[in-house]
Amino acid sequence: MATPSSPYEEMMKGLWRDNPVFVQVLGMCPMLAVTNTAVNALAMGLATLFVLVGSSFLVSVMRSLIPKQVRISSYIIIIATFVTIIDYSLLAVFPKIHKELGAFIPLITANCLILGRQEAFASRNSVGYAVMDAIGMSVGFLFALLALGGVREILGEGALFGFNLFGPNFEPWVIMILPPGGFLTLGLILLFFNWVTERRKQAQIEYQLAEERAS
Amino acid sequence: MSTPIQQKEPSSFRLASTLAVAGLISGVAIVSVYEATLPTITHNKAEELKAAVFKVLPEVTEMRKYQFENNSLRFRTEEGSDDQTLYGGYNQQGAFVGYAIPSAGPGFQDTIGILYGYIPEKRKVVGMEILESRETPGLGDKIYKDLYFVSNFSDLSIDPEIVVVKKGLRDKPHEVDAITGATISSKAVVRIINEGNQRWISKIPTHGIPLPEKTGE
Repeated sequence: MATPSSPYEEMMKGLWRDNPVFVQVLGMCPMLAVTNTAVNALAMGLATLFVLVGSSFLVSVMRSLIPKQVRISSYIIIIATFVTIIDYSLLAVFPKIHKELGAFIPLITANCLILGRQEAFASRNSVGYAVMDAIGMSVGFLFALLALGGVREILGEGALFGFNLFGPNFEPWVIMILPPGGFLTLGLILLFFNWVTERRKQAQIEYQLAEERAS
Repeated sequence: MSTPIQQKEPSSFRLASTLAVAGLISGVAIVSVYEATLPTITHNKAEELKAAVFKVLPEVTEMRKYQFENNSLRFRTEEGSDDQTLYGGYNQQGAFVGYAIPSAGPGFQDTIGILYGYIPEKRKVVGMEILESRETPGLGDKIYKDLYFVSNFSDLSIDPEIVVVKKGLRDKPHEVDAITGATISSKAVVRIINEGNQRWISKIPTHGIPLPEKTGE
């Protein structure tokens, strides 16, 4: 970090400026696989939030105890433990959602967003910062999952969170809930995201130029 | 950190013991979560199965667990179930209606677990419920979400064998309309039921086991 920042800033950066999906393009596997409905996206986002916050906390607490030669294996052990906890808890408390997400719950372990935050942030920062960063990143991830899941469910099933939106005459655009729909939607959202960022940059440059001319 | 870049290498023992301790703590955490959630998970599964028995057999108000042993059926009194367990359904008068047969096999992605209702007198499958499936969301999961597909199994003859036909071509009592876009999953369901039939039909008595007469208390 070039400039010292507050924990609040660390949290906010995950939402937009460093959004794990739209900017860092991490965690694409669950992003494309379980966003066919908004409920699945929400469940996946919350499960990831639990795992990321829990692992960031532990990794940050133990960062001076873990020799750097075995850090990756240690992070994976910590992450896998949290994943197993959420896996069993979901199976016990929300068996229906567990059924929907299926294999993608255990696969949270392999989400490079989570390992990435441990290596890049939690292992180098104090607990407070690490937890805020984890919250920001996972809320950003949740936001991206919901955006994709919402669009795909609306177009692919004519519903949102299971509530029918357009009545019986709506012809579902089935491809949207299939893998190609995931790629298409993600591509379009990324395009929109980059367009907004580009425009902001452009506006900033023009503003600076105008200021220079005025002085 | 202001430590020099080239730190002294930690000993192999330190590295190994770090991982061992991490693994140990992780193992303890996982085992305790497993133990804590196991009763709820088993309970949920048992409830789900019980609900499924009533769904796949019409007009059934009571069920009994059967165990196939030494070439004959008996009431299973032990907890749980194994691959020789099936279920009998009885109506309000206490008369035997039919069997609920569990069967499982490979689907498109992973094992599909099915419970289906079978009435030996009519030689018909009368209901089907998916207990376990990881089929593709939006396509393969229609084997339980598509009510039309499920309704294929509400009056289905098992002779000579259940077959899958292209959607809309069903015109015989032993045919099932496939799901468009999920032919593999549809075929898997039918194959699993046929396998269940091959395994059980010749062994099980037509009238199940009569319920013991209720003695007045």
